[in-house]
Amino acid sequence: MIAHAIFFYTFSIIAVVSAIMVTASKNTVHSVFFLILDFISISCLFIMIGAEFLGMIMLIVYVGAVAVLFLFVVMMLNVAQQKNQWFVGQQSSRHIPVGLIISTLIFFEIIIVIGGWKYKPEIFDINNSITQTSISNTHSLGQILYTDYIHVFQISGMILLVAMIGAIVLTFRQRSGVKRQSYIKQISRERAEGVEVLEVQSNKGVKIDD
Amino acid sequence: MIDIGLGHYLTLGAVIFSIGVIGIFLNRKNIIVILMSIELILLAVNINLVAFSIYLGDLAGQVFTLFILTVAAAEAAIGLAIIVVYFRNSGTIRVEEIDKLKG
Repeated sequence: MIAHAIFFYTFSIIAVVSAIMVTASKNTVHSVFFLILDFISISCLFIMIGAEFLGMIMLIVYVGAVAVLFLFVVMMLNVAQQKNQWFVGQQSSRHIPVGLIISTLIFFEIIIVIGGWKYKPEIFDINNSITQTSISNTHSLGQILYTDYIHVFQISGMILLVAMIGAIVLTFRQRSGVKRQSYIKQISRERAEGVEVLEVQSNKGVKIDD
Repeated sequence: MIDIGLGHYLTLGAVIFSIGVIGIFLNRKNIIVILMSIELILLAVNINLVAFSIYLGDLAGQVFTLFILTVAAAEAAIGLAIIVVYFRNSGTIRVEEIDKLKG
């Protein structure tokens, strides 16, 4: 139990500090790195409380794909050099108290919800022990994911497909001046326009492409 | 303090959610950091769902976390594509200079 507490506090402190650094860091590349650190510590927490599959998926999907995507875009757009200018100008300082008030309100609302659960614990029949079953987390998750939730699973696949097509369509552009291979032109070429039979006079060459 | 329960995980989720909201409001740099704050908010939601799923012994929470992960990945891809197109067209993604919609 003490090890559980030590690991929980270690990972959660790392997660909270890196979440603060994501929003407060001067350099956008540093923000991405702190986001990666945040995802890694949260996935360690997931693995610790028994959701191993989600922890691993979190590592693969977020750290392996999403964070690297962010990093690519940050480096491609060359915005890393733009310094943070939070506290200059009236335009920015106007937003700071509003943001602080709204986020503290949200925080205390969520805390009140948690506190309500704490004072009436019989509403939720909570077994405090982590459920120990003979089959693994991944196995049981797969058993319900592919049976009870199969339609939602397929819809999420469709969402990914639409997102992929959307991203390609948005960023695709045809540049002028770049020679491309046109298959339809190649295939539809006829003999009449491709081949020409010439009478060549002796001692005189043939001039092509005049 | 030592006995880690559901409340600890929910509090962690609340803290990270609030930090994400602060990040959206206070950010004056570029839109990419706002997208990262949205990822933080979705992460906090995932923490809540997984904590409830483990402590209530119901796997549905973890299944829904999986779907939230999917939607978050799709949203990040689309959002970054929009940012790339916007940067290509207007040359800036600073938050206060994005005013084409006159909002």
